[in-house]
Amino acid sequence: MFKDMKLTPGKTAVNLAVLILVILWTLPTLGILVSSFRDKNLISSSGWWTATSTSERPQVLRLKGGNEAVEKDGKFVITGNILQESPDGAAGTVVSFGLGTKDPRANLAGATLTSEDGKTLQVNADGTYTYTSPTAFDERGQRVSVIAAVPPSFTTENYKTVLNAEGIGRSFLNSLTVAIPSTIIPILIAAFAAYALSWMELPKRGFFVAVIVALLVVPLQLSLIPLLRIYNQAGATLGISPKGYLGIWLAHTGFGLPFAIYLFRSYIAGLPKDLIESAKVDGANDFRIFMRIVLPLSFPVLASFAIFQFLWTWNDLLVAIVFLGTDSEQLVLTGRLNNLLGSRGGNWEILTTSAFITIIVPVVVFFSLQRYFVRGLLAGSVKGG
Amino acid sequence: MADIKLTNLNKSYGTVHILKDINLDIKSGEFMVFVGPSGCGKSTLLRSICGLESITSGTLEIDNAVVNEVPPSKRNIAMVFQSYALYPHMSVFENVGFALENQGLPKDEIKKRVEKVADMLQLTPYLARLPKALSGGQRQRVAIGRAIVRGAKVFLFDEPLSNLDAALRVQTRMEIAKLKQSMPNTTMIYVTHDQVEAMTLADRIVVLQAGVVEQVGSPMELYEQPANIFVAGFIGSPKMNFIKGAAAAALKATTIGVRPEHFEISDKKGPIKGKVDYTEVLGSDSFLYIATDDGLITARENGKTTFNDGDTVYLTPQAKNTHRFDDNGKRIN
Repeated sequence: MFKDMKLTPGKTAVNLAVLILVILWTLPTLGILVSSFRDKNLISSSGWWTATSTSERPQVLRLKGGNEAVEKDGKFVITGNILQESPDGAAGTVVSFGLGTKDPRANLAGATLTSEDGKTLQVNADGTYTYTSPTAFDERGQRVSVIAAVPPSFTTENYKTVLNAEGIGRSFLNSLTVAIPSTIIPILIAAFAAYALSWMELPKRGFFVAVIVALLVVPLQLSLIPLLRIYNQAGATLGISPKGYLGIWLAHTGFGLPFAIYLFRSYIAGLPKDLIESAKVDGANDFRIFMRIVLPLSFPVLASFAIFQFLWTWNDLLVAIVFLGTDSEQLVLTGRLNNLLGSRGGNWEILTTSAFITIIVPVVVFFSLQRYFVRGLLAGSVKGG
Repeated sequence: MADIKLTNLNKSYGTVHILKDINLDIKSGEFMVFVGPSGCGKSTLLRSICGLESITSGTLEIDNAVVNEVPPSKRNIAMVFQSYALYPHMSVFENVGFALENQGLPKDEIKKRVEKVADMLQLTPYLARLPKALSGGQRQRVAIGRAIVRGAKVFLFDEPLSNLDAALRVQTRMEIAKLKQSMPNTTMIYVTHDQVEAMTLADRIVVLQAGVVEQVGSPMELYEQPANIFVAGFIGSPKMNFIKGAAAAALKATTIGVRPEHFEISDKKGPIKGKVDYTEVLGSDSFLYIATDDGLITARENGKTTFNDGDTVYLTPQAKNTHRFDDNGKRIN
């Protein structure tokens, strides 16, 4: 064992490559996750990697107008809190300030600045300020630029907004409604078919297998429209709405079946012949052999196909648009995301949050089934277990 | 009661003729062993009796009923596979009870019968385990338990000991022999390529070669009166010596066969002269490989041998234990 762990140049290169790939894949995901919990103002002013540190944010604010000034000892004085008065109620503390819009770093918080015309301004860290002038102030408030230090803060506000107002919640349910039956139905059909094609004596069995393998190469785009037409006509005859979940379930089932049967058949045909024969001698009919022996033993391959099919139906846009339409009630997540990119292209908090909601289900599915996934992909290559 | 009768049974895969006109009569309660070199068709014959292989022509009768087309589960037979074929995802209890479950027996009846069999095979502590948590011998017992629990009239064993190590094989062989004794009415058919298993277990042995039955008989019949050169060479260890030429002609045969244990070895005189090529001393007996004009001859001597490599020795076959064969390799009586 320990011999294998020695680092050779080749192994180092492999490990390095793996590390780089892992970083390449996980870093954007992390960015999306962090961004989705940040305040929308923070997202636009600083990167997600600064989310856990205090960020300094330059702002241009306006003091109170001259009509709020108080005359005191022959001077005019305006007092207030610059942070509380700011339109977005900025939190944090003042780091430095300056008169006008140009130079926010001119004076540290707490210092007093004197302008050329004899006015003095003192801004404290907590935002309170005193602005004095020997002459009367203008009606309009003086503009002051400030650097505010904002402590790290996270919010679930984006999720509330996105799930309700932006319709992601509705689409999330729609996507689940599409993906779950579209995963389970082909598995059920394909497992039966795979058993029959591997262990039952059927005339022309090899021919059927060949046909199914041939179907693997039919491109989806080629059959999409003819399929839709057939479905619409059949739907019109039977009185089923042309845009409905049934249609998309059938479509995904149809597109998934060749691969599912192909994958399951190669696995099920590789089960030990003795097991099947022993069950036959034990008096089990084909249905019982399938349910009690073949199905439990095929679980790894069923799970690995379930991952494939679920991810594919979850991420699918084309089939969903064609068979479900773009009606808001039935719009799936991918469709909704696409719409948001157009209408809310600048609102990163909405896009990142929506994106994260979209990937969370595939991630959970993958991690809960990944041990079967690895075993399923190795199907037939190793014995035992 | 289960007599099995095979009449002119043939089996072909396409143009390949595997079993050729097999005629056999297996009596109820008999322990029958099919033995032969690999590829002789003994497993195919067993699988045909089981119903896992279809029969191309001829008839197979169990209890006087033709069962050519009857599925395995209806033939009242149980089979122990070479790989044991335990269901890997089921516990020992479920493995043993599966056949009963298929018969639709109530749960408590299944439990009762499985526990009885487990007790008989000392499997009770392992009932909840999966097969992968069992040793080879335990798996073997589960496989046998699966056969016993159904109360089948015919047991078929397909090389059940070939996956066990040598020590366990001897022990399990004994257990199978005891099992047979405890079930005198059950017919057992056992396939093996190991002639020691065949000799020790069988009531009668069927020797097969290339799909043809060479001889059927009790172990001692096969040992003492082999019907032809093939059987003579196959049964007995080390192999029987076959001598052609003058020594054979003197006995009016093309070939004579003498087992290693049936030679008198002398350093003075005898009809066959040779030189000791190599000796194997096992303590209880010794084997001498002797180079003669008729080829290498193996001879057995009790205890430690007194001969050394290179010594000249003379061999005398025991007259009553010399087998004579004609031009076609058939026995001359």
